[in-house]
Amino acid sequence: MTERHPPGALRQLVLARIRLFYREPSTVFWSFVFPLALTVALGIAFRSRPPEALGVGVVEGPGAGGVAAALVADRELRVERLGEAAAGAALRTGRVALVVQPGTPPLLRFDPTRPEGRLARAVAADLLERAAGRRDVVGPVPAPVTEPGSRYVDFLLPGLVGMNVMSTGMWGLGYVIVETRQKRLLKRMAATPMRRGHFLLSFAAVRALFLAIELPTLIGFGVLAFGVPLRGSLVALAVVAALGAAAFAGLGLLVASRARNTQTVSGLINAVMMPMMLLSGVFFSSANFPAALQPAIRGLPLTALNDGLRAVMIEGATLLQVAPQCLLLAAVAAGSFALALRIFRWS
Amino acid sequence: MTAPAIRCRGLVKRYPPDVLAVDGLDLEVARGECFGLLGPNGAGKTTTVEVLEGLLDPTAGDVEVLGRRWGTDAAALRARIGLTLQETHLPDRLTVREVVRMFRSLYPAGRHEDEVIRLVALEEKRDAWTERLSGGQRQRLAVATALVGDPELLFLDEPTTGLDPQSRRQLWDVVTGLKRQGRTVVLTTHYMDEAERLCDRVAIVDHGRVIALGTPAALVAAHVGEEVVEFTPGPGPGLDDAALAALPGVRGVRRAGEGFALVTEQLHLAVPALLAALDARGVTLAALSTHRATLEDVFMALTGRRLRD
Repeated sequence: MTERHPPGALRQLVLARIRLFYREPSTVFWSFVFPLALTVALGIAFRSRPPEALGVGVVEGPGAGGVAAALVADRELRVERLGEAAAGAALRTGRVALVVQPGTPPLLRFDPTRPEGRLARAVAADLLERAAGRRDVVGPVPAPVTEPGSRYVDFLLPGLVGMNVMSTGMWGLGYVIVETRQKRLLKRMAATPMRRGHFLLSFAAVRALFLAIELPTLIGFGVLAFGVPLRGSLVALAVVAALGAAAFAGLGLLVASRARNTQTVSGLINAVMMPMMLLSGVFFSSANFPAALQPAIRGLPLTALNDGLRAVMIEGATLLQVAPQCLLLAAVAAGSFALALRIFRWS
Repeated sequence: MTAPAIRCRGLVKRYPPDVLAVDGLDLEVARGECFGLLGPNGAGKTTTVEVLEGLLDPTAGDVEVLGRRWGTDAAALRARIGLTLQETHLPDRLTVREVVRMFRSLYPAGRHEDEVIRLVALEEKRDAWTERLSGGQRQRLAVATALVGDPELLFLDEPTTGLDPQSRRQLWDVVTGLKRQGRTVVLTTHYMDEAERLCDRVAIVDHGRVIALGTPAALVAAHVGEEVVEFTPGPGPGLDDAALAALPGVRGVRRAGEGFALVTEQLHLAVPALLAALDARGVTLAALSTHRATLEDVFMALTGRRLRD
């Protein structure tokens, strides 16, 4: 009648978490398929290829033929002859980066906030001067760089790994725990002799397990498909990623510790993640932000994670060299776990 | 082992700022008894059981469960009680068996999952995801999770609320089976038929206090009588309570909405006398019915309200 050897509680809790995970197709999509698809899409969009020619519109009119002939001399430019109105429209929509109005002197219309605009202006001005007889005195020789490590995809992949570690941690703990609370299942389980630490540990164990799947998948894909370099040691990479996962698991637990419903926690998760997605150098370098913001940006856990991953993968940094990032992540993890456990609401 | 299953004195639970959910409640539940807390919604039943279950801290009062206290013996007590909450949404995409096994793993000792699943008659649904279960099957699964630790004391909070009649009967069968095994069961309900059918003793709770306590039969006998005659007069001259109370065999008169309820132990005297009296006054009858007195009538007699409004 009475059964004495119970199945291990932690094992059962972990099994339940895993089952609930893979039986919910949307969570599988967001954790595994989405980051891969994003890498593929961005990798293709920014793949290494001959730099795309810059569109330049030449307004029809007297002298247009001569201007166009001067500009087609450089393969970096794609020259179109357009009517006045069409040229304006092409510039506004970004189809051309520059509009040349023939005349004496010719007028170069471009948007100075767009890098392509500034580049096209410089190239076009150069070509027009040369066509008019200017002689170059220095003659610098261009030497294009294409080796792995300096391309956009090399920058992007560690950022995507960091973002994925962040979002799976925040949603995987934060959202799921609040959903459990909202369904009153948390209270029901707290009414059993369950060791409460086991409940939280089951989440940590599942996160660690999924990290062990996510990380090799994403990085392996980047290495094989795009030739992203992996110059540092795998151990250093795993340590940085694991500390990042711990930090975001802690933050996920923290946002979930008191929220009563999933709407609240979704808002909290987005409020925590959105600024970091922008500031912490996922898609573009955080060095683009003003110097005054830099200390704050350096303090964000995602910045630390991304910088650490990039340093190890691309620059071959050792653990010692990424120690500051590791320490920051460990501190965030410890602080958020400790605070979350103090204020956690079981009912 | 002589300590009662539950002893509770002067229980008060106040939710700031001004909600007094439980207002000085005393209870004693013996071992092996099926005890019912009967009362309308908002009477404080759930708050009371959640304090007894150690899920809420009382504002004041003294609670002893199985001879122990939550403050000092929580871990040991958790292993000895089982419970269902009023509403628990078990994970949608776990099977019945996985849910029961997971709960089993949380107890240091208990019963095998298959045994418990059989007990609540869910063998056929053993491998179905819980999202595929009907309301009654889910409720029985919740009871299974309460039984899997082989508890000495079982709390069921509104186990049949919202269920169809057939599901309710199936759940009653489960509880009846537990009673037969001599388990102590505390259940809350606002269904008087459920309390009458399942409970050895009932506490009627209203506004956070016990207003009546005893076996269902004794409560009915003490507060109502054996039979109730309800009638609604048609349009016409009014009736006064005193004249009705003076009829032969009538023990009490209550107004019930448009009509009256007469309490009697001698239906064969009271009904003919009532009809004769109405006839003599020229009062027509819009409706007349009689039924055996129930706990619902007890609640009406004590509070002037119905259990479910």
